[in-house]
Amino acid sequence: MSLKQVLVRQATLPDGTRTDILIERGHIVEQGIVSSRSGATTIDADGLLALPGLVDLHTHLREPGSENSETVLTGTRAAAAGGFTAVFAMANTSPVADTAAVVEQVMALGERAGYATVRPIGSVSVDLAGERLSAIGAMASSRARVRVFSDDGHCVWDPLLMRRALEYVKTFNGVIAQHAQEPRLTVGAQMNEGALSSELGLTGWPSVAEAAIIERDVLLAQHVESRLHICHVSSADSVDIVRWAKKRGIAVTAEVTPHHLLLTEDLASDYDSRFKVNPPLRTRDDVEALRGALADGTIDIVATDHAPHPVEAKECEWAAAAFGMLGLESALSVVQTAVVANGFLSWSDVARVMSREPAKIGRLSGYEDPFVIGARANITLYDPTVERVFDASSLASKSTNSPYLGRQLLGRVMTTIHDGYLTVHDGELVSADEVARSASTVKEDERA
Amino acid sequence: MRNMLSTSDLSRSSAMGILDIAEDMADISTREVKKLPTLRGQTVANLFFEDSTRTRISFEAAAKRLSADVITFSTRGSSVSKGEGLKDTAQTLAEMGADAVVIRHGASGAPHILASSGWIDAAVINAGDGTHEHPTQALLDAFTIRRRLHGRASRGKALDGVSVLIVGDIVHSRVARSNVWLLTTLGANVCLVAPPSLVPVDLSRWPVTVEFDLDHAIAECAPDVIMMLRIQVERMDAAYFPSAREYSTSWGLNDERFARLPPDSIVMHPGPLNRGLEISSLAADSVRSAVREQVANGVSVRMAVLYGVLTGERKGDA
Amino acid sequence: MRTVLQQLDIAKALTRISHEVIEANRGVDALIILGIPTRGAVLAQRIAATIDRIGYRDGSTPPATEVGSLDVTMYRDDLSRNVTRTPARTTLPSNIDDRTVVLVDDVLCSGRTIRAALDALGDIGRPRVVRLAVLVNRGHRELPIRADYVGKNLPTSTDERISVHLAEIDGDDCVTISSERGVT
Repeated sequence: MSLKQVLVRQATLPDGTRTDILIERGHIVEQGIVSSRSGATTIDADGLLALPGLVDLHTHLREPGSENSETVLTGTRAAAAGGFTAVFAMANTSPVADTAAVVEQVMALGERAGYATVRPIGSVSVDLAGERLSAIGAMASSRARVRVFSDDGHCVWDPLLMRRALEYVKTFNGVIAQHAQEPRLTVGAQMNEGALSSELGLTGWPSVAEAAIIERDVLLAQHVESRLHICHVSSADSVDIVRWAKKRGIAVTAEVTPHHLLLTEDLASDYDSRFKVNPPLRTRDDVEALRGALADGTIDIVATDHAPHPVEAKECEWAAAAFGMLGLESALSVVQTAVVANGFLSWSDVARVMSREPAKIGRLSGYEDPFVIGARANITLYDPTVERVFDASSLASKSTNSPYLGRQLLGRVMTTIHDGYLTVHDGELVSADEVARSASTVKEDERA
Repeated sequence: MRNMLSTSDLSRSSAMGILDIAEDMADISTREVKKLPTLRGQTVANLFFEDSTRTRISFEAAAKRLSADVITFSTRGSSVSKGEGLKDTAQTLAEMGADAVVIRHGASGAPHILASSGWIDAAVINAGDGTHEHPTQALLDAFTIRRRLHGRASRGKALDGVSVLIVGDIVHSRVARSNVWLLTTLGANVCLVAPPSLVPVDLSRWPVTVEFDLDHAIAECAPDVIMMLRIQVERMDAAYFPSAREYSTSWGLNDERFARLPPDSIVMHPGPLNRGLEISSLAADSVRSAVREQVANGVSVRMAVLYGVLTGERKGDA
Repeated sequence: MRTVLQQLDIAKALTRISHEVIEANRGVDALIILGIPTRGAVLAQRIAATIDRIGYRDGSTPPATEVGSLDVTMYRDDLSRNVTRTPARTTLPSNIDDRTVVLVDDVLCSGRTIRAALDALGDIGRPRVVRLAVLVNRGHRELPIRADYVGKNLPTSTDERISVHLAEIDGDDCVTISSERGVT
């Protein structure tokens, strides 16, 4: 049994060309004007944008350990709903992904579910404790072939450990992704430090705590000649440091979340913990600087930092609430609303920052030239013309902690094609059984 | 008014209204029967997640003087843990018929969440939330100042032109914040005095002046009121200032500084006092000290606040 | 709208009430006149002044009649039903124990205000005797309360509104009746 053919009609590519796309056995086989194929699933993409499948370099799938808020299955369903065909799963699970066994398990769960390609991220330190290096080499040579390592959730604050990690991953061209947060300056921190935090009586998280670590780490990366990636850059000061580092030729890449491109700290004024996130939402000036940085390439990619939490972790006083927001289902709409609608980015820029570059940083192959004949078919069809109120029905995650509920957003994912089969069709998720079947068919085809 | 959560959104007329009603409430305590039947049949629940005997007793006395029933829930020795307690405990109290919940909590914003979440219908009164606000403390401070300045003729009077120094751990003080908003709304000029590490980083939106030197501030402002805030000795571990002794020398109201105050200056302190640290015994016990009146006035002011939230139609306005 | 009492009528009524008070009390000893704010307090002042003017029958000059106001807001039974009320001052000239307290109000209708006043008096002290003087008695009693001294009995229907104007507050003296529906 083989996958059904998929025929996409008259989609508009990021560079503006209109084309049909025929997909067979997981790959693009024909373009231009394609004659109908009986037995194929035909999709009328007139008026829809065809983007390469989106790649999220920063997602929390919560499995193993916190399955009450998300599992690999539900998380990748949320990814597909948002137009993603690949996600990198952060290591702060329980147990922590600090051994080959855990990362292989997460990868297998992703393969079985089939909604998106799951690339596990390994932790930098054992148990995220920041003391000893985790089994980095073992994870790199495991079936999961881990290339990205991060203690995200925690900062690798010990400069010596950070140096050692940066050196060690050179063995296999890996990258360390740092969550930049100087712990001593952010004890008990709740929101951006500034005039508002002092009015609200919430302990501040000053942007210098982020910038100071970035400054240290780019110099370390330069010194040991290794690659560094900075997670969720949130402030203008941090942007300036990354820009300076790149000018010096340091191999640093940086990501920004959709929420840091759109939302500001004043949403915290009513103590609504849907807006509590780490790093925190900051000022209008920071948002403007981040948009400009994404546009000029100082920030290389958008990554969601999708962080599901159960209801009881948010339905309480701010100080007790968990940090984090959902992000997969809303990412493309928020990016369109924040930086495309006002001209900072074009759609081909979006393809670059949400697909090609994240794949490149994560050493994920198959996304370099997504629309050539022979390319693996990972495609998202998106309607940029609709406006809708983002609500609970827009969510596929197991959790509901999205800051956009009730908010008007642009655009909607209509179809997601992963490895040549549909995971989202006509704006709705394809059933888990069907997706699992398609995924195992692809595996059989590969073995054949 | 529906709730009493903060002084930052109290208008001048609302604030004056509460203070004037508090005057009437204060008169009740001079009668033989120190009770009014006004809130008979209503239940006030004290929900104290932070230990505070003084404030809790003050609210209890206020409720009882208005003939309301009081139920008290405090977390001392209970199994309530951070994050689990608020919604469930509030709903339990509401099920027991609480018409108003007086809440003191260690997390800033907890009363706001309680009032806006829809978990309970009862009125919410903030008895102190984290480092955010303590509105009834500011109201009783304003009431005390008014009484000291105008005596029995206080009704209808604001605090225009009154100069107030607030000295101490501003960054962690909900009493300071509530006083800053309320006193300036009533027309006073407020100056904050503290070491730089105890002042918030960005005060651009606060209608105050800031001084690091207490002696200079006393000489410049010739304050009508000097309000000393409690210093928490634990703060020294987080390096806010080098030692208690150094703090006391530079920012304490010692005997020598007390002597340099204008002769009519009112000395205030929300309590409890650290005698010898931020305030000397001489200053605290002098005839210019309003510390004991602050406690007495607390009951009258809290009676006025309870009256305000528990009478009148419950639907609609804030 | 029609005027049922003019300035002169009001003055005559208050004078008559003052005489009745003195007669019933057999003099002016131990009298305290307490008006219920707002207009009751004004009327109390006028009655006290009139009693001073009338004085003792033997022509000697008595000490000024004690007069004050009694705010009953805190004792009302309808506080949750209406907008939060701001209380007015209660000023008691002296101890009310063993005194003859004459409560004064402008209009007696349901009797609930007077019921609240009696509760308030009870919490303040123990008068020997409490009497009630009203300018207008309009009927529609909901409680067993009656006035001892009445300026004018005005039977009305429930959809009619009585308005009392007093110079100290409203600029003129008159009592008017209007229909709630607006037609006179």
